[in-house]
Amino acid sequence: MSKTNLLDRRAVVSHLLANRKGAIAVGGLGASTYDIAAAGDNDRNFYLWGAMGGAVMIGLGLALAQPKLPVVVITGDGEMLMGMGSLATVGLQQPGNLSIIVLDNECYGETGGQVSHTASTADLVGIARACGIADARAMTTMAEVEVFAPSLQDIAAGPRFASVKIDGANLERVLSNRDATFIVNRLRGSLGFQPI
Amino acid sequence: MHARADAPSEQAAENAAAWPEEIFAILQRFDVRQVPYVPDAGHSQLIERVLASSSMRGIALTTEEEGVALLAGAWAGGQRGVLLMQSSGVGNCINMLSLTQIFRFPFLTLVTMRGEWGEFNPWQVPMGSSTQAVFELSGIKVLRASHPQEVHEVMEAAASQAYNACTPTALLLSQRLIGTKVFVK
Repeated sequence: MSKTNLLDRRAVVSHLLANRKGAIAVGGLGASTYDIAAAGDNDRNFYLWGAMGGAVMIGLGLALAQPKLPVVVITGDGEMLMGMGSLATVGLQQPGNLSIIVLDNECYGETGGQVSHTASTADLVGIARACGIADARAMTTMAEVEVFAPSLQDIAAGPRFASVKIDGANLERVLSNRDATFIVNRLRGSLGFQPI
Repeated sequence: MHARADAPSEQAAENAAAWPEEIFAILQRFDVRQVPYVPDAGHSQLIERVLASSSMRGIALTTEEEGVALLAGAWAGGQRGVLLMQSSGVGNCINMLSLTQIFRFPFLTLVTMRGEWGEFNPWQVPMGSSTQAVFELSGIKVLRASHPQEVHEVMEAAASQAYNACTPTALLLSQRLIGTKVFVK
């Protein structure tokens, strides 16, 4: 498969979150969480360092609890493959405010670059669409990312799914907070909820 | 020979009306809003009540671990939830149960038990036999109700410690309570 002209993951995430306003961003474990941290720490960043396969479901729980806020899940192809059933669950619930972005480098970058199913046979966009996520697209250029980014703020037209083919280069890690009680209570605090 | 007396199933049918309703009322009182579930016959009455409720959202899952992650997200967004599943689904959740410890969120799951109390299907027995141990190894407190008259009290305790003390809790609803599934009449 052609590996030319693949997008820079940090540039993609930075652009998607540049005008996030009050949006909540959930990062799948590994590089996606580092990308969100690199775009700038925020009370509404929900960094995952584990729970592989759970990013979309965490996003769905947030989206249903906060229907007036955009919720953006940014994760990798390996994490998405592990939680593919969650696309069917999202398709059934149709949360208008949920967006799912897969940064697809076609490999498990955190563990040595082993190829993933998306490198050859698995089509995540097709899977998302077949699960009832009508707004499902593949993006290969920054121009497409720029057109897509404002739609994250549209909380009525989701759920939406986008797969972005990105360069497989392992970038320097930008480590976010990893104390989960801090992360969840900081987010809850920003939404107006007190600790118990 | 799979002998079966008729009396227990009639008794189970009578009991079926009361305790799921008591569970539902307690969930309402604790302001539970998101109810992810993988269907089980033992939960069918409660699932129907949830799906008909205006305050709760029933969320059908493809696998039980989705529900653990969903409830973590729900809590982050300010809502309480409860996960409904069968004992065989508990094994599917193991890694995701990590979230209950690292987030310390109010996790409550109601588990209908199979693989015990006159089970017909041997395939249910291994996971049913290890359900409680799996929860305990995962840091989840386990309570159990085996008789209709104790469901209210045990459910009240489970919901209280889960939602008031953020103590992750599993309430096992015994096969003796829900009635042994009948395969051959």
